This record gives sequence, structure tokens and C-alpha cells, in this order.
Amino acid sequence: MRNWEIVIGLETHAQLSTAAKLFSGASTAFGAAPNTQASAIDLALPGTLPVANRGAVERAIRFGLAVGATVNTTSIFARKNYFYPDLPHGYQISQFEQPVVQGGELTITTSAGQKTVRLTRAHLEADAGKSLHEDFHGMSGIDLNRAGTPLLEIVTEPDMTSAEEAIAYAKALHALVRWIGICDGNMQEGSFRCDANVSVRRPGEPLGTRCEIKNLNSFRFMEKAIAFEVRRQIELIEDGGKVAQETRLFDPDTGETRSMRSKEDAHDYRYFPDPDLPPLVIGEDWIARVKSEMPELPAAMAARFVSDYALPAYDAGQLTYSLGFARYFETAVGIVGKANAKPVANWMLGELSAALNRHEIEIEDAPIPPEQLAALVARVQDGTLSNKGGKEVFEALWQNGDRSAEAIDRLIAERGLQQISDIGALETIVDEVLAQHPAVVAEFRAGKEKAFNSLVGQIMKASRGKANPAQVNELLKKKL
Amino acid sequence: MSLPNAAHTTVTELAAGLATKRFSALELTDGLLAKIAAAQPVLNAFVSVDPDGARAAAKAADAARAKGEGGSLTGIPIAHKDLFMTEGLRTTCSSKMLEHFVAPYDAHVVTALKQAGTVLLGKTAMDEFAMGSSTETSFFGVVRNPWQPDFVPGGSSGGAAVAVAAGLVPAATGSDTGGSIRQPSSFCGVTGIKPTYGICSRHGMIAFASSLDQAGPIARSAEDCALLLTAMAGHDARDATSLPHPKEDYRRELVKPAAAKPLAGVRVGLPEIFFGDGVDALVVAAVEAALAELRALGAVTVPVALPNIGYSVPIYYVLAPAEASSNLSRLDGVRYGHRAARYTDLLDMYKKSRAEGFGDEVKRRVLVGTYVLSHGYYDAYYLKAQKVRRLIADDYQAAFALCDVILGPTVPTTAPRLGTQSQDPIKMYLNDIFTIGANMAGLPAMSVPCGFAPNGLPIGLQLQGPYFSEARLLNIAHRFQQVTDWHRRAPKEVGHA
Repeated sequence: MRNWEIVIGLETHAQLSTAAKLFSGASTAFGAAPNTQASAIDLALPGTLPVANRGAVERAIRFGLAVGATVNTTSIFARKNYFYPDLPHGYQISQFEQPVVQGGELTITTSAGQKTVRLTRAHLEADAGKSLHEDFHGMSGIDLNRAGTPLLEIVTEPDMTSAEEAIAYAKALHALVRWIGICDGNMQEGSFRCDANVSVRRPGEPLGTRCEIKNLNSFRFMEKAIAFEVRRQIELIEDGGKVAQETRLFDPDTGETRSMRSKEDAHDYRYFPDPDLPPLVIGEDWIARVKSEMPELPAAMAARFVSDYALPAYDAGQLTYSLGFARYFETAVGIVGKANAKPVANWMLGELSAALNRHEIEIEDAPIPPEQLAALVARVQDGTLSNKGGKEVFEALWQNGDRSAEAIDRLIAERGLQQISDIGALETIVDEVLAQHPAVVAEFRAGKEKAFNSLVGQIMKASRGKANPAQVNELLKKKL
Repeated sequence: MSLPNAAHTTVTELAAGLATKRFSALELTDGLLAKIAAAQPVLNAFVSVDPDGARAAAKAADAARAKGEGGSLTGIPIAHKDLFMTEGLRTTCSSKMLEHFVAPYDAHVVTALKQAGTVLLGKTAMDEFAMGSSTETSFFGVVRNPWQPDFVPGGSSGGAAVAVAAGLVPAATGSDTGGSIRQPSSFCGVTGIKPTYGICSRHGMIAFASSLDQAGPIARSAEDCALLLTAMAGHDARDATSLPHPKEDYRRELVKPAAAKPLAGVRVGLPEIFFGDGVDALVVAAVEAALAELRALGAVTVPVALPNIGYSVPIYYVLAPAEASSNLSRLDGVRYGHRAARYTDLLDMYKKSRAEGFGDEVKRRVLVGTYVLSHGYYDAYYLKAQKVRRLIADDYQAAFALCDVILGPTVPTTAPRLGTQSQDPIKMYLNDIFTIGANMAGLPAMSVPCGFAPNGLPIGLQLQGPYFSEARLLNIAHRFQQVTDWHRRAPKEVGHA
């Protein structure tokens, strides 16, 4: 791998979160019985005509604005012609010479720091249906539910130089499209899938021949596929071979990529402007309205979290991973106050994130709403609960799903989790422990530091864990 | 009952008969169904006839009229060109590919005319997928010209023009991509109009060349065309190329009382090329005689130039096949339409199904279209053709600065004999030289009967106007028809009722 430069460009298909398809009124909902969500237009019945879905166009505009791209006021739908049974029209409606979004960039963060990836373009296109080759005894089944689903194909410049950067880009893009509400980002359902163009070269040499790895639908597969492909190309060249331009498929079972079709076999798609669709004209007023409705973008929001809440940049970056996460944080902080922003961040990035991951759910579906987390943080901050007690309450809340405000105090009472912070009560316990363990006290006084911890342990035990540890420390120091 | 001879009767007159109860819609329908059955073995104008549906619609129309409801088209029998989707009725495009295809929905134009109360008798034959100008390429056999059965009726809306000319229906729908309404209207002595592109929704009209295709009526008179077009036209959100043009009453000029000089001030532009070499002398003579009538009605003539119109035929035969090659890709045998009985794999299924399902002319155009869109040829053919298309449209704009309408023959000749052109596609293509320009520019244009050749075949003149000038074109044609009777002539009846 040394003395090689890796060059990666990504093409991402983000399924736009419209209720209806790009050119028909049929539903885009996932998982329906085959061919129940295909209208006459999606089936390409004779005489049917496409009409562009303004919701899909608006999502493209939103994306263009979010990445600082040019939203073209005129773009052209073109037909990409090829025959395949799951492509009912015999052509895919896409955009070719004039895409709706041009340029733009996305900032990514890797172990090496920040980097800007330039975007070439983003264009609207209709998805094809699905061919099902199993279950039909040598025949193929066709499901056209997906046919006509709106996609935004987002194409980068070949700006990434490692699998790590490619993954960082894909993750940043994934977070962004969800943030601005144009794509649900569900990779299992194919709502967000990437093609990676990979080539290698010696430093200073012109770009090498690239291979395109199709349909990577998880970040882990993308990392494996790119790593394999880079190794394959380097070994091929070092063995005196040449990389052939081709399209390759990643096999998750073997972790390898294999050739799907060579450049010679590539289709001549005979692109031409779709005569059924006039040029897509987007007025400046439409762009202005979309701009006015844009949410604060993650980078800007992270910067604000640093300045407004005095959070470390790392925390701010993590909290702005998704819009739902960031809103949760701001709601909670709004209740417990800016002074408690860091504890809220800690709870969110600690317990809450862990629980969300463990249960594989989104923050929007968390059984503990931000108001409740705020109350919990408040109870810990005011000393009612120890950190440990707080975690127990958190777990109980998560389990019982009681979202009421009183739930926390009820749990504290039921489980006797209230810390003993009353000095008088604590002093009694401390005095008793000291009286019971004169030998340990003597050891401490003789300079044995460990004996102090032993005494703290005894005090905590005597209080059945309810003593406020900070106060115990203080009292003990005073007494000794 | 005194049932009129529909070959001599206009929609307007039939509507009056229905309104005054001289005959019922059912009687009219039954009479025409009998005529169609009798004529079919000779003329072959229909691909499908729907007696049951027609009689049911006629009864409904009679019931509506009995209640004092309905409009001027209620109970009027019509026929649709077989590329308009008609729910529950076979819609074939005169192709083996769709021989058994029953449409699951109605085209916009079909719905509009249904709502207007018309009675659909059947579907008329056409050149396969509207590719041709003789209706000889129909999978269901040639269609004959009712004036001279050894001659072609023109095309591609040949069945529609024949049905109207032979009095099998008073009016019919057609579609016009390069002259497919106007040329058969001219060859059959009937009146037909192709409106401005985008006036009639293409929803449910099976596409040949999407950027050129436009629906329109064929009827016995300009007034009838105006009636039909008023019902057919209108914005439709299901067609992105449908224009947001307000609804018009295309008869509004026609119903005004005739002045002594009803065309006073109308400037008729005459492009030299429309009267030049290659145009039959007797066609020129008939059109010039018509010009004399128009001058007598007050029109003035001015010379205009359409310098690029000569390129229209080669440009058309790049652009139309290009679009067609893509439009017809959906006919792959996978979901509907013809599928070969035996095949070895997917590619073989595509090849055999399409080879068997399409006729020669369709294959020729799919091949040409695929070629001109291919990598390395796109710029030289498709893109260049688009540029010339723009020049042709510009020529018309320049001409319409000098005149209100452009006039010339619809076709350089009268109808040729059956079989004489199908072996020579280039010669057949050149027939369209005067009609294609209006499609290239998206302009309205119509054909109006203006005489007969000594062999008894009709001659038509063409009027072309600026965008949205349908009402004016129809009015000029109407004023001409008020002082001539070419449009009232009818061929000898064929077949026996």
C-alpha cells in the first residue's frame, strides 16, 4: 500500500421521502405486496404520461441549498434507454446534461481532521422496479412497487483518498439528507445506497483506470468493498497487470468484489431530452421560499452549541449527528438551563445513546422524552440522586415507559434512592463507623492513605449506598 | 322516422334532428352500425366496432335529451382512431403488438367526448402506430379510399377520414404527427384540424413522437370540427405538455352572421414553395380557384417565405423516429402486448416478440431512431435536427408578422394508387412536405376540401395559423364552405346495408 495513492468518488442514490412517486401518484411506502403500488404510469401502460412531483423537486432544491450548490433554474429530464424487465418503459427518466443541482461541497471529519469533498452534481431520477430471481423455479418475478420512486443521485468529485474518507463522506451525507428531511436514510430498505468509483495511482501520476462498485448499502460493506478493491488493483498492477474499466459487485459473503460488466459491454443509453416533460423551471421565488424554510444546518448548529452552551467541539459534533438528537438536547437544556448543558450532553452521549443503540431505535422513538431526561439531570445535579441512582432511574424509566413528570420522584421514593445529604444524619453515620473501626483510623493516622478509602466504603455501606459521596469525603477529612 | 344520410349530413344538422326528435340517437346509431357492417368488407375503415356499447350510449343520450339535458353533441355518433385508449375496448394502434390489448382507462379526449354525450361506434384503422401516410401499414389490412377503392385513403388517420367520407360516422378523432389528420382529410375530401400543440391532452393517446403528436377532429365541415374541438380541447394536469390555455368556444366566430365580405382584412400568406415544382398542376389549379373565392370574401394575399421548410422532411425523419424508438420500447412483451410463443432467454424473448409484433415500417423507424440517438451520432443527427426545427419555427414566426394565415395545398398530389408507395418509403415521406412544418413549430393547421381531380379523387387546401389561431382558421374554412360545396359531396355508397 505504500507509495500508492487511492482516488475515490462516490455516487449516492438517496430515495426522496415523498409520499408519491416521481412521475405518478402511486405510493412509495416500503414493504407492500408486490405490484400493489404501481399505477398505470409505473406499469408504462400505453398512453400514460409522466408529470413531475413538485415535492421531489423541492427536496432537490433543499439539498442544493444545504451543500451550497447552484440550483439550476432550468434543468432537463432525459431518457436513459435500455431494456430490462424491471424497467417498464424501456427507459429510465433521469437528468443528464442539465441536472437540477450543480456543484456544492460537504465537510467531513476523519482522524486526520476536517476535509472538504466537492460535489459535481445532484440530479433527479426515477428508480427501477425489482427483479426477483429466487422462488420462481428458473423464472424471474417482477415487482414494480419501487418503479418510479424518486431518487436524488448525488455525485462527488474524486476527492476522497481512503476508505475512511469515503465512509466519513457517506456518513456525513447520510446525516445531512436526514437532517434536511429529504430522505429517511434507511439503508436496509435501500433508501440510501452508494456506488464507489475507485482507482489507484503512484503519486504524481495521472488518474488510474477506475472500477465502479455498485449498490453498497451499508457503511461496513462500503469499507470492506473499497479496501478489497484497492488491494486488488494494487496487487494487479504490481504483478504487471492492468486495471480494466468495469462495473463490479461486492459480495458481502466473501468480502470480495467481482466483475459485473466491462466497459465494452456498457450500454449505449441513447440519452435524449424526454419529450413528455418540459424543461424543469424553478423560479427564484421558489428557491427563496425553500431557503427561508431550511432548518439550521448541523455545522452551524454545532458551532452555536460551542458558543452558547460552552460545550466541547466534540460534544457539539456528536449532538448534531441528527436533527432529532439536536432538538432533544435543546429541549432538555431549555428546561434545566444552560448551566446544566454539559451534564445533559453527558447523559445523552452516554446513557441515552447506549440505550438507543442497544435497542436499535431512533431518538424520536425513545421512551424517555427530553422533558423527563431534563428532570432526571436536575435531580442528579441537585444532589437528590447519585450518578448511580440516576442510572437506575434512567433504566427503570426506559423499561416502564412512564413518560410523566412525576415518574422520577415516584421511582426515587419507591426504590429509596434519595441520597443522604443531610449533614446531621451523615455525621451520625460517620461517627458510628469511626467508633467501630479504631484500628483503621489508627492506620490512616499512621500515614496509610488506603485506609481512608476503606472508611469511605464502610460509611457508604452503612448508609446502604445513599450517602452523598462528596459530603462523606469532606466530613471524613474534617473528622480525621 | 326519417333517418338522414350521414354522408351528406353534418353534426350540426344531426344535432338539430335529434333536438327536434325527427330521429333518436338509437335510430341514428343503429343506422350507422348497419352502414359500417356493410362497408367494412370493402373499406376496412374500422378495427373494432362496439354495437353494444354504442347502443347503450345512444339510449343514455336519448334519455338525457328526453329530460331536456345534454348539449349539441349529445347522441352524436363518433369513432376514435385506434390509438386513443378506450376503457374496456380493444386499443390496437393497428398493430399485431396490441392486437388483443383491451385498454383499462379512457384517454382524456375520449373522456371529454363521452362527457359531451357522443356515442362511440368503434375504433378506426390507422397506419401501424401512426407511422405512415397511406394506412397500408395496418396489421388489419389496407383501408380503401371511398372515392376510388383502388386508391389509398392517406394516413395515418386513414380509417377516420374514410369513415367520415363514406358517411359511416359524421365525425371522428384523429391524431397528427406530421400530417396524419390533414393528409387523409385531403385525400378523402373531408375537413380536419390539428390544433396548436398542447391544446388537446395526450393523456391516453398512444405516443408515436411525443413532441409532435396532437389530437384533433375530422368531420364533414369546419363548423363540425369546431364543435368537436371545443369538447376535446382543454388543459389536463395529467399531460405535462398540455397548455394552461383557457377553454375556448371554437364556433364563436362561425356563428356570427355572414357579412358581405366576412374575410375582409384577412391576410393570406402564400409561400412560393407551396406552389412550386413537384406540386400537381391540377392541385395548384384547385387551390388557386379556392384563393379566388377567399379574395371574393374579402381576403387579401401576400407572398411569404418559409426558407427552411424544405428541410422539414429530413428533420422529421430524424426526430420522429428518435422519439418513437424510445416510446415503443415499453412494448417488450413483458407486461402486455404480443409475446413470442417460444424463446430461449430474455434477449431472445425481446427480439422475437418485437420482430413478430411490429410491422416493417415500425421496425424501419425504430432502427432509424435508435441509430440517430446512438453515441457518436446524436450530435450530427438529433441535435442538428432540433436546431433546424427551431429555424423552421422561426420562419413561421417571421411569416406571421406579414400574414394572418398561410395557405397552400395540403398534399402536392391527390391520393396515390394502393401499393404504389409502400415500396418506396422516401417518395411516401415526401408527401408530407407541406404538413410537417406545422408539427415542427407546434402550429394549428387544417385541411379543407377544395376540388376534385378528373379521376374523382378529392383535393384539399391547407390553412396554417399562429399559435391558438384555431378559431380564425376554422372561421376562414367555414366562410369558404358557406360559398362552396366541395365538403358536401359524398362518394358512391359501397356495400349493401
